[in-house]
Amino acid sequence: MPKIGVFVCHCGSNIAGTVDVEKVAAAARTIPGVVVACDYRYMCSEAGQETITKAIREYGLDGVVVCSCSPRMHEATFRRAAEREGLNPYMVEIANIREQCSWIHKNREEATEKAIVLMRAAVAKVKRDTPLTAGRSGVTRRALVIGGGIAGLSTALDVANAGYEVDIVEKEPTIGGKMAQLDKTFPTLDCSACILTPKMVEAAQNENINLYTYSEVEKVSGYVGNFTVTIRKKARFVREDRCTGCGACMEKCPSRKAKNEFNCGLNTRSAIYIPFAQAIPNVAVIDAQHCLKLQTGKCGVCEKVCAAGAIDYTQQDELIQREYGAIVAATGFQPIRPYQFGEYGYGRYPDVITSLELERLMNAAGPTDGELRCPSDGRKPKNIVFIQCVGSRGQTCRDKSYCSKICCMYTAKHAMLIRDHWPDMDVHVFYIDVRTPGKNFDEFYRRAAEEYQVDYRKGQVGKIYEEDGHLMVQGSDLLEDRQVLMPADLVVLAVAVEPSPDARKLATMLTASMDNNDFFTEAHPKLRPVESPTAGIFLSGMCQGPKDIPETVSQAGAAAAKVIGLLSKKELTANPCTAHPEEVRCNGCGECEKVCPYGAISYEEKELRVMGRREKRRVAVVNTALCQGCGACTVACPSGVMDLQGFSNRQILAEVDAICR
Amino acid sequence: MTVTEKEVSRQILQLSGANANLCIRCGRCTAACPVAGQMDQKPHRFASLLLHGQADTLLRSNSIWLCLSCMACSERCPRGVDPARLVEGVRQYAVRPRGMAHFSPDQVPDVVDDEMPQQALMAALRKYRK
Repeated sequence: MPKIGVFVCHCGSNIAGTVDVEKVAAAARTIPGVVVACDYRYMCSEAGQETITKAIREYGLDGVVVCSCSPRMHEATFRRAAEREGLNPYMVEIANIREQCSWIHKNREEATEKAIVLMRAAVAKVKRDTPLTAGRSGVTRRALVIGGGIAGLSTALDVANAGYEVDIVEKEPTIGGKMAQLDKTFPTLDCSACILTPKMVEAAQNENINLYTYSEVEKVSGYVGNFTVTIRKKARFVREDRCTGCGACMEKCPSRKAKNEFNCGLNTRSAIYIPFAQAIPNVAVIDAQHCLKLQTGKCGVCEKVCAAGAIDYTQQDELIQREYGAIVAATGFQPIRPYQFGEYGYGRYPDVITSLELERLMNAAGPTDGELRCPSDGRKPKNIVFIQCVGSRGQTCRDKSYCSKICCMYTAKHAMLIRDHWPDMDVHVFYIDVRTPGKNFDEFYRRAAEEYQVDYRKGQVGKIYEEDGHLMVQGSDLLEDRQVLMPADLVVLAVAVEPSPDARKLATMLTASMDNNDFFTEAHPKLRPVESPTAGIFLSGMCQGPKDIPETVSQAGAAAAKVIGLLSKKELTANPCTAHPEEVRCNGCGECEKVCPYGAISYEEKELRVMGRREKRRVAVVNTALCQGCGACTVACPSGVMDLQGFSNRQILAEVDAICR
Repeated sequence: MTVTEKEVSRQILQLSGANANLCIRCGRCTAACPVAGQMDQKPHRFASLLLHGQADTLLRSNSIWLCLSCMACSERCPRGVDPARLVEGVRQYAVRPRGMAHFSPDQVPDVVDDEMPQQALMAALRKYRK
């Protein structure tokens, strides 16, 4: 009979306030095999741990049960304590009598009874525990950053500057992301390109950073420290090693009807193009959909004018396979296209635009050379109306439930810049709340209202319609308690942000979890904000939730610190609680492989001795390095041969028996 | 027994079937309403006045009779409050004690006169003779 020790924690009054801890300890003493049971104020304290280690020493314990808080809190603490005393750390079980008992019950008697039951179950389990040894694996000292916006660039630069190699995969032909499209940045109003492009250049020149632009992640396999990633490098039809970025091809290209993505489709571009002047790499790319040569076979003008001989119409997508130790998701965001808000007439009235489109209309490199003009007829707008929270903070199918966080500040920025450049323009802002927490943020917004006389109206817009060739905005002013009607030359919708549409596909490949809005979930909302629950996957920037540039850069740095911490390890300890099949009884049916979310199960033909005969059979094999111990296969297995170490079927049934006794 | 204004407000909220607590005071209902200009109590005030137990203000207002039941407010409401139901709830409460709550369509010619607000008619039919 194994010798078990039971240790009941008071957790101050957290547990002892509702549970009679002495009674729990006394009940433990009546269980066969329990040789010592005691209670203590704080088991996690030095003295509390000492109580446990002393008992292991004195009684020669084979197993330890700690009745305390959730194993997520102190399981590691107690396992380390046991290990110090020479007991296998996996011979320690936690009975959670705080979160699952004292905190949720009021009746002392009932809570005590439940605590005793939980303790009894843990004792039943620990009696069937077997010592486990964690496996070890190496670490590939290279990181992959998915996304080349400000988040990805910042993470990559921080990791590269610590001396590790980083690859950046960017789906667009250039790095820079959304920040490259912005005109100015709040709250200091410095030019976005002026602070972003040096970072882009730094990333391009850093010898530890390797850029894969116009590329996408195709496949991810492996596990923390040892990922294998296939990257699809899309055909540019231009040889990167030869193109000098001179732009002669763009000038001569006869196909000029493609919408210019960089300018939010406000003007057109040639079929062969470089997205913007400071693009990195400064290499042209052919948009196959609009290229006459690729569509009809007739043209070839760019090939003729290219002095460098860089054009190659036969180029194919290229697949690259590389190994990485850590992967950072930095897939960013996109503003929603507010077509579903028919009342605002976006798409129907050209002078109803989104904020990102306004950024382009105000940018010196934009379609109007920085002169604010109405997209409909190019006239100078006189009345400009901003509408906040378009698609944010709603509960209906049209809306996102969250606050997009950046809109209050960028609208204040837009309003202020317009009033500063063109004082004859009137600016009105319809808002629900103005949310400007952050250093110098509220001061910034107040400047728009006080110094620049921006008309902030507490209310929303219900309808925009055309009357005599003019847009009319019908809104409410809740402070004046009335409906207002005003003419507008330009209406700017501060639309919600949403994660990149490719993020979900990527999350599936990474087995990283996401929330209902397709934002990546962090491992812990407070204590592990830049890690995904999947080991070795880190989060940087907007892909985790709405945030502004300063916050994105801070988070990018935090993710980099975690990556560096991982890559600097010589080897990693694996979780030994993995699945393993009892080969003799496995019939290779294939159910477990289907349910495994980590691709850890495969099948092998094995020669087995069954009932005294040798026979060849297909059986399941678990790659313990990939197995995360989720237990899905143990449930799926129709013959009950798949078992999880540390959580075996007989252990769980023993727990159930102990509870039901 | 006299019913307090607070209790009346609670009853109206219950009668309406809408959850006024979802309201974030954005004002899109008033912005969308085609007759808000003539209303003495704008649509956005219904949620907060009812939650604050001030139903009398609404019961006395012309808004409940001007409302076209066009549902533009409910259509635009980003929170799914359904303000049209709140207006309807107040209207019901105003209609019921006047004995106008129990008639069938064939009685209509008798009860209708120039004084009778159209909404009272609509509401009574909608609620009681389906």
